[in-house]
Amino acid sequence: MKKYLCNACGYVYDPAEGDPDNGVQPGTAWEDVPHDWLCPVCGVGKDEFSEE
Amino acid sequence: MQAREIKPGIYWVGGIDWNLRNFHGYSTDKGSTYNAYLIVDEKIALIDTVKANLTQELISRIRKVVDPARIDYVISNHIEMDHSGALPAIMELTPHATLVTSPNGDKGLHAHYPKEACRWKFKVVQQGDTISLGKRTLQFLPIPMVHWPDSMLTYVPEEKLLMPNDAFGQHLASEFLFDDEIGCSIVREQAAKYYANIVLPYSKSVQTLLTQIQKMKIEFDMIAPSHGVVIRKNVKELVSLYNKWSTHQSDNKVLILYDTMWNSTEKMAETIQLAVEEMNIPCCRTSLTTTHISDVITRVMESRYIFIGSPTLNNQVLPTMASMLSYMQGLRPRNKIGFVFGSYGWGGQAPKLIEESLRALGWELPLPPMAIKYIPTEESLDELRTQVTKILTGAK
Repeated sequence: MKKYLCNACGYVYDPAEGDPDNGVQPGTAWEDVPHDWLCPVCGVGKDEFSEE
Repeated sequence: MQAREIKPGIYWVGGIDWNLRNFHGYSTDKGSTYNAYLIVDEKIALIDTVKANLTQELISRIRKVVDPARIDYVISNHIEMDHSGALPAIMELTPHATLVTSPNGDKGLHAHYPKEACRWKFKVVQQGDTISLGKRTLQFLPIPMVHWPDSMLTYVPEEKLLMPNDAFGQHLASEFLFDDEIGCSIVREQAAKYYANIVLPYSKSVQTLLTQIQKMKIEFDMIAPSHGVVIRKNVKELVSLYNKWSTHQSDNKVLILYDTMWNSTEKMAETIQLAVEEMNIPCCRTSLTTTHISDVITRVMESRYIFIGSPTLNNQVLPTMASMLSYMQGLRPRNKIGFVFGSYGWGGQAPKLIEESLRALGWELPLPPMAIKYIPTEESLDELRTQVTKILTGAK
């Protein structure tokens, strides 16, 4: 599964790890991350991410 | 205006903003400083600048050491205008200087200073990049989101000197240069306030930074931040406090945070205070009428238990409380145990609204909110005491 990079702060969303603190379980592909999910580091939306 | 030497050949040349009382909503009751540092070696480097209003102060301090035209490198660790405001003036005075910044700093400086930046000679640095000044080296470490995307740390290994910009800063104007000169307790207090108001939401990035410092074996005996005094005595203590705050650890104490209309919610707050004191747990009762939210948030960060009270006004929380809750949604204090209370006349929506807000922060709320209609009776206050005791049993 592809990783995605936050253009604003450099945080990398890794599907293997997910973002359990914010309700995204490990193993969740980028496409399945909820639309209202925000970067856990800087708070921008999914549209500010690009494929790593 | 004097320059002040912090290490041999390294000078503080910043500006002191004695009368600053409001920093985008942060109550800066001790003023602040914008710290810039000048390193004089075979090559000369200026680390950061100051807010535009203190440009002449910066230039005059630099002139005490060298002619600004001799500066070879200007390092911009952070684009925010309290550190970059004097950049256009400085770059005019230093015609051959190279402006060194992080990749996000490069984008951000062009956005802030579009007319001037197209004339500046940029060098964009990544993690681990270095510039030799002669005897000394500048080593760069971009630290995104501590606390903006462009934030960067500059390290001088030969001098064991860390220049982390806003990290480890304090809004503290002072005639003193070092932590041990002004007194370490005020530095600790103001560093905590700074962390709670500026750095707290980026705690994960602070953890990344602290890990990187260890992994890269960065040794330092002095921290020269971009606000407040230079840390040379309590370096280890401040680093360990940053570790504590960024992992959301707090002390076993209670903050009772409230506002009141006709003293009913205040009566509840006083009752809670007495109950907590009887259990010999440290406790602070803070009204939002008298205490600024930027001071309150520091106490929130440092306390494990937060009891929050507001009456219901026009089916909402009091505006002072709404402001506090909104501030907390942004700053995201974590790992708290909460309890909500308040009086009401009809409707009584405030406690539920507060509860929703605290749940969104992930706080533990072991008991439902307690709302009292109009004026608290002895019986209702007894019940309140019982609730408080239940929450705090085991807290000691």
